[in-house]
Amino acid sequence: MSPSYNRSMRRVYMDANATTPLVPEVLDVMRPYFLEQFGNASSVHRHGQQARGAVESARASVARLVNCRPGEIVFTSGGTESDNLALFGLITPGDHLITTTIEHHAVLHAAEKLRDRGIEVTFLPVSSEGVVDPDDVRRALRPHTKLISVMMANNETGAIQPVGEIGRIAAEADVYFHTDAVQGAGKLPIDVEAIGCDLLSISGHKMHAPQGTGILYVRKGTQLEPLFFGGAHERQRRAGTENVPGIVGLGKAAELALKGLADGSIERLAALRDELEKEILARVDESGVNSAGVARVPNTTNLWFDHLEGEALVISLDLKGLAVSGGSACASGATEPSHVLSAMGLAPSRARASLRFSLMKLTAKEDVEFALEVVPSAVSRLRELSPVYKRPTAVAAD
Amino acid sequence: MPESFNNTIAIAMSGGVDSSTVAAMLKAEGHELVGLTLQLWNQKRLAGKEGLPVEVQGRCCSIDDVYDARRVAEKLEIPYYLVNEERRFEQDVVRPFVSEYLAGRTPIPCSLCNNHLKFDQLLTTARQIGADRIATGHYARNEYDPARGRWILKRPADASKDQTYFLFGLTQEQLSRTMFPLGGYTKPEVRDVAREHGLALAAKPDSQEICFIPGGDYKKFIDAYLHEQGEQMPETSGELVTANGEVLGRHGGVHNFTVGQRKGLGVSSPSPLYVLQIDSASHQVTVGGEAELGTSTLRARGLNWISIADLEAPMRVKVKIRHRHEPSWAVIEKIGEDDVLATFDEPVRAVTPGQAAVFYDEDEVVGGGWIAAL
Repeated sequence: MSPSYNRSMRRVYMDANATTPLVPEVLDVMRPYFLEQFGNASSVHRHGQQARGAVESARASVARLVNCRPGEIVFTSGGTESDNLALFGLITPGDHLITTTIEHHAVLHAAEKLRDRGIEVTFLPVSSEGVVDPDDVRRALRPHTKLISVMMANNETGAIQPVGEIGRIAAEADVYFHTDAVQGAGKLPIDVEAIGCDLLSISGHKMHAPQGTGILYVRKGTQLEPLFFGGAHERQRRAGTENVPGIVGLGKAAELALKGLADGSIERLAALRDELEKEILARVDESGVNSAGVARVPNTTNLWFDHLEGEALVISLDLKGLAVSGGSACASGATEPSHVLSAMGLAPSRARASLRFSLMKLTAKEDVEFALEVVPSAVSRLRELSPVYKRPTAVAAD
Repeated sequence: MPESFNNTIAIAMSGGVDSSTVAAMLKAEGHELVGLTLQLWNQKRLAGKEGLPVEVQGRCCSIDDVYDARRVAEKLEIPYYLVNEERRFEQDVVRPFVSEYLAGRTPIPCSLCNNHLKFDQLLTTARQIGADRIATGHYARNEYDPARGRWILKRPADASKDQTYFLFGLTQEQLSRTMFPLGGYTKPEVRDVAREHGLALAAKPDSQEICFIPGGDYKKFIDAYLHEQGEQMPETSGELVTANGEVLGRHGGVHNFTVGQRKGLGVSSPSPLYVLQIDSASHQVTVGGEAELGTSTLRARGLNWISIADLEAPMRVKVKIRHRHEPSWAVIEKIGEDDVLATFDEPVRAVTPGQAAVFYDEDEVVGGGWIAAL
């Protein structure tokens, strides 16, 4: 084992829920907008017109991905901004907000900030499988409830949330519904009409578009206060010169994501994930899958390995060339305990012993085989050297 | 004989000049390295609470230090990871630190951290990820003596930076897997080496205070910590008395005092008064003149032996009773299974329960223990 940065060392990436690389087609369409077609999309002249055209084409492409009108797409800097725009843009003093304990920090911490400012916020619990009960949403409704925000799929476990049902509840109660679809985009079909949501967040870099790009779908007629003030960009919903190359890349990525939902690549991804999961469970004792019993996005598996610290396993695997993650990274880069697994009621020791493997369209069968090679041996070494672990002694056959 | 180890070494990197220089030196020697930084305490956690400073930059475990360590690791092209040990640090260092003060003792969190975190948990993590040994930027020397069949901890070349006092708790197993590459260097030499390796932080100032107490005010820290935990400050107020039992007044709690303290006693006296003793049961704080501060004996428990397997007969050693104390001659002898009595040639000033007593034979650390009330 050579832990140094060995450039020839094989590296396999299984952390797609953190970020994904650009695919070459995306980079190709972006390139001209850094160089010759560098215009400001708001300018009158030819340079500006080219940029404007590119932005609006991208808007139409993203609209097709989520089945809405182009005018309902607001380009942002990413999922976090989209989530913040949805919550802070809609909630005013006296409102009630319903969300869940398993949201991404972009929603969770925004909701906590609103609560600190005096807004009443209900944080709904989840089942032991990490799924929100729509009846809980219904029961949480108050006369002054303004917004329900529930994610489409959880970033850590991949568990798909009943957003369609929640959308109907919201519509019946005449309450706005926002869904953070960052982990759904490119993995699940997204139809804002079928979901019945008024607001929906997507991040570009989780689906092979560049980091720093994202969208918020805003249903026509939704009164949303902007976060930024300045020019009249994005129909006065998001001031600031458009990130034209990024938006162009996002448009292409949305097109590819839509294509991928129909050409069998999602089924292929699901099969790879299932094989990885099944084989690791077969080769490593005292392991299991979080959210195993519910529908999950096809690329994600969250596995626990008792009697070890997930953080050390992440390091160990990285030194062997496999990139996965556990918990969530704090500012410094250390791992913090997962609020999602805690909300599901996992014992703290098991939550700390859980790792997320998230695959992507670029993942090959050989990558899965590589993971199956390195994971069991890394787990064994961690357990052997653990001061608390006692290897179960073989029981004599009777 | 010592085991043979692989060539992979985990470096405990703090973002300071010492551990960064260790990384550069070992890299140049051709070892395979992994940089690890322990994330021990969230500096923002109590910032601004109960009068603690709001600004906590430049402290250990601060984001700035982590970035410094990351930059060094990038420059040296070594993999680098943060290891979150906040939970264990709170349990094994912060909690005991608070409890010790509330029991009228004066704790040394650095030793607890070394015993429980740096040379226990960090070493375990290092071995789990494939590094047989760890290296740190401590100023100490560590070598195997085949004649005695033991690993020996020795004072470093730079006596002014000697950190062996904080390392008396290391076991033979831990010492066998630990390297102190700076043991033969003085601090200015280390800065020169850092400069030679092109490390931008060669001139970075040393850290001084207890890493988790911004501003160094431990009383405010205890207030803020208990408040955060939803706990009441235990009632430990009591009488200020002289050694003859004369009551001079009352005090607000034993954690405000440490043996040898002169300021903040709250009584006026024609000659300076010092804290002589803190009784954790009756909460009485005994004060007296400087001459009364001297004692000729101390008891130590929680013992660990390094250069010897056990103390079988009385032994003449030098004893260091606090970090900045010039070791004093004494004879140590066992008075119980985990109980040593040290009898000094000359009285020593302000023997303080909760601090460590570390026994030296010339440059070697014989062992040590925690000073207990007589």
